[in-house]
Amino acid sequence: MIGTKSIRKHGLKLRTREALYGYGFVGIWIIGFLVFTLAPMVETFRYSLNRVTVTATDISQIFVQWQNYSRALFTDPTFVELLIGFAIETLVSVPIVLIFSLIIALLLNLNFRFKGVFRTIFFLPVVITSGPVIQELTTQGATSAPGIANSAAVVEFLTTLPRYLRNPLEYLLTSFILILWFSGVQILIYLSSLQKVDQSVYEAAAIDGASAWESFWKITLPSLSTTTLIVAIYTIITLSHFSENKVIKYIYLQTYAVDGGIGYASALSFLYFAVLTLLLIIVFLLLRSRK
Amino acid sequence: MNIPIRRLISQGQSLNVPLKRFIAEDLKFFLLGSRSKRGVIPMTLLYLLLFAIGFVYLYPLLFMFVTSMKSPTDLLNPMVQWVPTEFYTGNYAKSFLVLNYMEALASSVSVSLVPSVIQAAVCSLIGYGLARYNFWGKKLMFALILATFIIPAQTTVIPQMLTYKQLGLLGNVLSIILPAVVGQGYQSAIFILIFYQTFQSMPKVLEEAARLDGASDLKIFLQIAIPSALPSFLISIIFSTVWYWNETYLTGIFLEGGVQTLPMQLSKFTQAYENLYPPGTVNIFDRLNEAVKLSGTFLIILPLLLLYFLLQRWFVESIDRTGITGE
Repeated sequence: MIGTKSIRKHGLKLRTREALYGYGFVGIWIIGFLVFTLAPMVETFRYSLNRVTVTATDISQIFVQWQNYSRALFTDPTFVELLIGFAIETLVSVPIVLIFSLIIALLLNLNFRFKGVFRTIFFLPVVITSGPVIQELTTQGATSAPGIANSAAVVEFLTTLPRYLRNPLEYLLTSFILILWFSGVQILIYLSSLQKVDQSVYEAAAIDGASAWESFWKITLPSLSTTTLIVAIYTIITLSHFSENKVIKYIYLQTYAVDGGIGYASALSFLYFAVLTLLLIIVFLLLRSRK
Repeated sequence: MNIPIRRLISQGQSLNVPLKRFIAEDLKFFLLGSRSKRGVIPMTLLYLLLFAIGFVYLYPLLFMFVTSMKSPTDLLNPMVQWVPTEFYTGNYAKSFLVLNYMEALASSVSVSLVPSVIQAAVCSLIGYGLARYNFWGKKLMFALILATFIIPAQTTVIPQMLTYKQLGLLGNVLSIILPAVVGQGYQSAIFILIFYQTFQSMPKVLEEAARLDGASDLKIFLQIAIPSALPSFLISIIFSTVWYWNETYLTGIFLEGGVQTLPMQLSKFTQAYENLYPPGTVNIFDRLNEAVKLSGTFLIILPLLLLYFLLQRWFVESIDRTGITGE
């Protein structure tokens, strides 16, 4: 008797009930996503198709179709250059961050004394890399590879190179430490993946006569392929969201510029988003594990 | 080692040869090591490499600290590179004033700590829902969460700013807190994933036992799930605090004209300095120089450095504990 009553009371199917409770937990995110991400994005897209002027009381919009976009791509001399610069810098930085964080993670995965001290040092940049701090350090010349970037021989050598080679190299030399400073979280991700590789595989390989070098290439690296993809994507995202990024600064300036304004800045944001997505797709296609 | 030596002796050869070979073997073992134990040469190379990388990492900090301790005369003296001639704290005294330090520190703490705690709480709810329940659209929701991680803030920030302006919230800490309340805080995707991983690895047995005892879903979450996920909460709050602290793009737009955080103060350091010490009127030693600027920079990162050294175990072990590597 009691049974039938409680079934009628909770008449819902178990799966429906579960789904409802699930929505109860995640519902707040769905609301937040609609209000704070989707709606502003749609709104920004609408702005990007209009000429927007903000007055004290109102926002007036004049529909201009794709004019903002064509202006950014074909008339604006700086934006496209900045975008290309951003893409090149990212594509230069990502492999360096990948290799560097992997090397440090491999080192930290060994057993030696004072490991804790070194781990603390290598992870320190995560705590202090904010835009203004980096900006200050860069202008004082504290982030270039010590002593190399400014030596006369290097400057001389760089001027002999064609431009498409010179820019990435120059960036590499002047921002060397900066690039390394962006590898903190990546080191952690690699380290924890390394610790998850099954030790018995290494032992079996060692018994079969594999050297440490061979087991690195044949065991360690293949088992890290997914991690590498994650690290690469994470790196691109952090670099693209960094507030000292030149593209971001330019978009910010245009928002408040007289001849630019909100409509133009919105168009720039979407173009930037498109380039970022393109970069992510390229890296994804290059690094996904082929099976 | 012993057997070949004994055999060689028994074969009547002179003792010199095997002993020499024995020493050579030993030396090789000592220098190069074996499979189980590293020798001196690999160990030295390892430490050299670690020190070299460590130096590259610490160089900007050392440079900043040393320069910030230089008096104006030391700055002009080309002989003074790494060791200032006197213990000079004048730069710090100046930048302390210029940054309006105590007030900016207080607002930095409120702008970073409050949203972080809220964000951790809300993300734990969302992560729990994703880990423990099946519902329609879960895959889509995961995709959208990842999308929020990728989408640049520039594509959403302007309408938000205009709305805040209409509501009169521009310059108010609430403009930073509100998105965090509904799970859209800074880097929220990462924290949702951290909690998702944590709650997914939690044994189901506990939950089922509690359900048999008649506990409601909310009660299970509050009394069983949360206590078992305390490390994840701590890690989320720490990371979130650091990231909010260092975030200057959104704070710069939403808090303009209102609350001023430490990094915001740093970005207009020159201007503020010249307000306090007008360049035309002060003597040459009180002009703005790199030592003052870097002392200001050092003051900005000092609270985070202290936090880091206090809680460094939680920083460096965080990923092990939460298991977020994305599989």
